Amino acid sequence: MTILQFFLWSLLKIIVVTVVLLMGVAYTVLLERKLVGRIQNRWGPSRVGPFGLLQPLADGAKSFLKEDIIPTAVYRPLYLLAPILSLGCALVSIAVVPFGSPNVQTDGGFRFFEISDVNIGLLVILGITSIGVYGIALSGWSSNNKYSLLGSLRSSAQLISYELALGLSLVGVVLRAGSLNLRSIVEIQSRHGILSWNLFGGFQFVAFFIYLMAAYAETNRAPFDLPEAESELTAGYHTEYSSMKFAMFFMAEYANMITVGCVATLLFLGGWTSPFGDLIPMPQVWILQAFVPIFWFVFKVFSFLFLYVWVRGTLPRFRYDQLMNFGWRYLLPLAILNIVGTSLWLAYK
Amino acid sequence: MHLVLFIVFAGLCLAGAINLLLQSHPINSALSLVVVMSSLAVLYLLLGAEFLAAAQVIVYAGAIMVLFTFVVMLLNAGREERTLGSRSAKAIGFPAVVAVLSVIATVILKAQGFTPVALSDNITSTADLSKVLFHELLLPFEVTSVLILIAILGAVALARPAHDERRGRTEAGK
Repeated sequence: MTILQFFLWSLLKIIVVTVVLLMGVAYTVLLERKLVGRIQNRWGPSRVGPFGLLQPLADGAKSFLKEDIIPTAVYRPLYLLAPILSLGCALVSIAVVPFGSPNVQTDGGFRFFEISDVNIGLLVILGITSIGVYGIALSGWSSNNKYSLLGSLRSSAQLISYELALGLSLVGVVLRAGSLNLRSIVEIQSRHGILSWNLFGGFQFVAFFIYLMAAYAETNRAPFDLPEAESELTAGYHTEYSSMKFAMFFMAEYANMITVGCVATLLFLGGWTSPFGDLIPMPQVWILQAFVPIFWFVFKVFSFLFLYVWVRGTLPRFRYDQLMNFGWRYLLPLAILNIVGTSLWLAYK
Repeated sequence: MHLVLFIVFAGLCLAGAINLLLQSHPINSALSLVVVMSSLAVLYLLLGAEFLAAAQVIVYAGAIMVLFTFVVMLLNAGREERTLGSRSAKAIGFPAVVAVLSVIATVILKAQGFTPVALSDNITSTADLSKVLFHELLLPFEVTSVLILIAILGAVALARPAHDERRGRTEAGK
């Protein structure tokens, strides 16, 4: 494969994945509004299009057409940089996620269902997420507003604290796979379907629980949505943002949710592999061979997003000191214990 | 390709470093440092040290610099005042910098000779790195971790409220 072909293929993949991801973001918002509506015994959006399906388009158009207000007292360069940084980091991290079977490839060994295959894929995702913190931190500070500043301070502290627990919870999985490559982590779980998933067969349910908690905190979602707690901080770090800049923060939040769902799927739920293992033989039609794995992947990510919304509709918000105590006193030691336990088990297996 | 990337990111790194010194606002300086560290990570990657690159981004650019900006925001540090600098600092400082740099350069060149390091597709895998780290360099590694532990304990000891203050608080609580 020549370098030109490589560039063209990669560009095509990037465009397709970005468009799909943005559509996913738009419809996750709708999914959340519908589900939370049902949980609260109301309908949710139902006027725009059948079942309210065109609501995301209407919301998008609205965000574009709203007046873009930049308050006079903001620190302009960082105020403008923050939403771009936030959304950029949220979208980039999907680049290392393999979302389909690696067997579907061209003659040159060029895989269709991942943008890039990196040896340290997991670390790349963690790294990009940790850079994403700046978007929130800077937006709060540059807005020159006390609510924004408090929101972003809370958020930086929360993200740094829970990033530790999040990173450590993944170590057990990495130890089991012996690799940081997301594809090999999935492949080790593919033998016996659901029984060999890290969540069940790998005895990593403690890690999954820690990851779940920490991921909710990392994406600023209820019950850990203190950075934007409406009743205390009006809207937290994006109080002073309007129109498309606000929409960028909004999209970044949902894109992060999807990324977290992808990582959970890859690390704990067997990625694109079928939960039934070899019980149901794969049909010999190439189009099914290509798209059944994608179906499983999307289905698992969707279940994870469903869980997100369910939790949001059910649990009240934590208090800030409870949040910090929970992270440092319970999740972190538990994660370390999990690492020690997994290592011992692997050593004496 | 490697050379192009090297030139771009080395340039970015230097530009960030110079910007760090020139900016008068602490937040801008801190962000320039983030740029420097991130481009350093790319340079590590070009040299085949992928784990080091990721660790550089996660630990330095992602965690330590967030703490820096956090503190700057919390203290609400204002614009720094420009002074012309003391004359003695200029007289001694610049030659001292040159002297230190040349000593470091000589030591490195003595140790390594003039063989240039090649930018290539060779990658040191995480497994290889950990073999070196946990077999050959186990003792230094453990000693370093104890050192960091001591630093943490020191920080906790310093941050803890003083003895009588704590007693006063519990009495007030009663």
